[in-house]
Amino acid sequence: MERFTVLEAVAAPLLRQNVDTDMIIRVERLRDLERDALGPYAFESWRYLPDGTEDPGFVLNRPPYREARIILAADNFACGSSREAAVWALWGFGIRAVIAPSFGPIFFNNCFQNGLLPVVLPLEAVMQLAAEVEASQGRGKVRVDLERCQVVAPSGKAWSFEIDRLRREGLLQGLDQIELTRARDAEIRAHQARDRELHPWIYAAGAWAAPPEAETKSRTTGKAPE
Amino acid sequence: MASKALFDKIWDRHAVADLGDGYALMHVSRHLMHDGGAASLAILRKRGYPVHDRELTFATMDHAVSTEPGRTADTVSPFSARLESMRQESRAAGIRLFDLGEPGQGIIHVVGPELGITLPGTFLVCGDSHTCTHGGMGAIAFGIGASEVVHVLATQTIVQRRPQRMRVTFEGARRPGVFPKDMILHLIGQIGTAGGTGYAVEYAGSAVRALGVEGRLTMCNLSIELGAKIGMIAPDDTTIEYLAGRPLAPKGELWDRAVADWRGLPSDPDARFDREVEIDVARIVPQITWGTSPEHVVGVDERVPDPAAVGNPDRRRAMEAALEYMGLQPGAPIAGTPVDWVFIGSCTNSRLSDLRDAATIAKGRKVAEHVRAWVVPGSENVKRQAEAEGLDRIFKDSGFEWREPGCSMCLAFNGDRVPRGQRSVSTSNRNFVGRQGPGARTHLASPAMAVAAAVSGRITDVRML
Repeated sequence: MERFTVLEAVAAPLLRQNVDTDMIIRVERLRDLERDALGPYAFESWRYLPDGTEDPGFVLNRPPYREARIILAADNFACGSSREAAVWALWGFGIRAVIAPSFGPIFFNNCFQNGLLPVVLPLEAVMQLAAEVEASQGRGKVRVDLERCQVVAPSGKAWSFEIDRLRREGLLQGLDQIELTRARDAEIRAHQARDRELHPWIYAAGAWAAPPEAETKSRTTGKAPE
Repeated sequence: MASKALFDKIWDRHAVADLGDGYALMHVSRHLMHDGGAASLAILRKRGYPVHDRELTFATMDHAVSTEPGRTADTVSPFSARLESMRQESRAAGIRLFDLGEPGQGIIHVVGPELGITLPGTFLVCGDSHTCTHGGMGAIAFGIGASEVVHVLATQTIVQRRPQRMRVTFEGARRPGVFPKDMILHLIGQIGTAGGTGYAVEYAGSAVRALGVEGRLTMCNLSIELGAKIGMIAPDDTTIEYLAGRPLAPKGELWDRAVADWRGLPSDPDARFDREVEIDVARIVPQITWGTSPEHVVGVDERVPDPAAVGNPDRRRAMEAALEYMGLQPGAPIAGTPVDWVFIGSCTNSRLSDLRDAATIAKGRKVAEHVRAWVVPGSENVKRQAEAEGLDRIFKDSGFEWREPGCSMCLAFNGDRVPRGQRSVSTSNRNFVGRQGPGARTHLASPAMAVAAAVSGRITDVRML
């Protein structure tokens, strides 16, 4: 995973409440495309007109916001579906940080698996950032500093933000959580051994999940039974 | 001993290690997968890891399957490659996949409880945001992303921060025509789609206790639309009776031990919550959404709200955009709005009790000439039971299409979609822009309200039929 330390970049204001993950990436794209091909389809129903051309009115189509690496968002950004493709699509577009008063909870977690930083700041702070950025016609850069846990506006006005230590370290060092957890496998197995004594029924269901009969399978899928 | 909430009792027994700052490494006692999981299984395989605990992992096909009646290998989906790769990956990984046509196939959030995979006291995850549904059984259940799915497959654990606790107490008796869907939509209208952010929500009170398990699943299903990853309801006699005899539920002596354990799970009387909300159920009328967020909801006897009356500019702009997308006029009565499509199905409302409620109203009535109305049972088992009761006949006689189990038109991923510009009354959980197809206009409601819309051809107060 790519590390996140300090980012100074164009920030695009997208101050709409409840932007959902269906809006960030349409479900058909998950089906048809690999994760590294999603960038062109981020926010597609806003970015493109029905004839497929770009809508010049949409913020991410306008210079310099086309180069944005930060999004300034309103409440409950990326609510809805758990699709991690919402993060991949933003990443593919070039976004590395989103600043918002609140986030959809599953998207928030997904960000940390991919090196994208979600920053929680009060709405007034996000609106001040947006106002400064707009006053500079987008040329004023916003600085997101994960080492100092600080967001700095183009004018130099700064806000501190809070982030959990574990998440911060993961991003700063680009850690792979699977490897970290695998190193604790002895603890996991010890937990399971205790749990098996206390709650044995939890572990019994697998044995009762009898495999399907070959006959059923062949009838419904048209495939030869194995 | 300190008194504990239902949530804390389940959380504590699954904590493997304290990672500091409120984070813990949590043991996953149930991992459910759907056809979107093939990619995660492939990543695991390429990294060279086995599935940590196959006997705690269960899969089925739901998102990408067509629900076309009489589906075959050729018609089952325009995306059969995705289904085939799920078959291959789960076979290679040794995971039990409930495949098309066998009892056990269906929407994963319908199948888990109905097979007895989902049990009180379990810590359950799945790569789908509506995993919160399973909390209706008295479990901690929540949706995770694709990377977290790989983590769970590789380690049978997940890193989580302990959320705060909220309790929503529903007191009083439901009025006629008011269903669990109306209770939860009403709550979302009251506290908003970010009202539950950061919380695990427990639904309690006499009106929740009075619900069957399926109604409880409906309520918990919409927790994520409240901003809460987790919604849950304490297990009780109703839960235990529901589970008795389910194919994968504990048996014999294990059943007795499990029941004894489950009896101790409900929140202690003096358990503390970080936020408490109370809802007077007697005041709830049948609900219908008017906009593009589940919080855009009104009673069916109310009018479409007027953005001009809203002070907060963000909120006002969101309402204006929603009304434009939905093609509605501020101040107009919501009832009477003509509809083109009706969808009864999804992990919210496709269980047997939902279909019974719908059939009761459909019986002896006809779907309006200009309306296309679908009933999509949530699982192969639901379909077979409904057919054994003759519900399919009632629907077909009324002019509904009776289809095969799957997610169908809830997310327009599988060929089932509402055409552009058309208006749908849907029993699903999301009225987002384009959710049921590009340009489709969705109104969320209960199955009873969906039938009322189908037979009258317009949004109709089911109590007036």
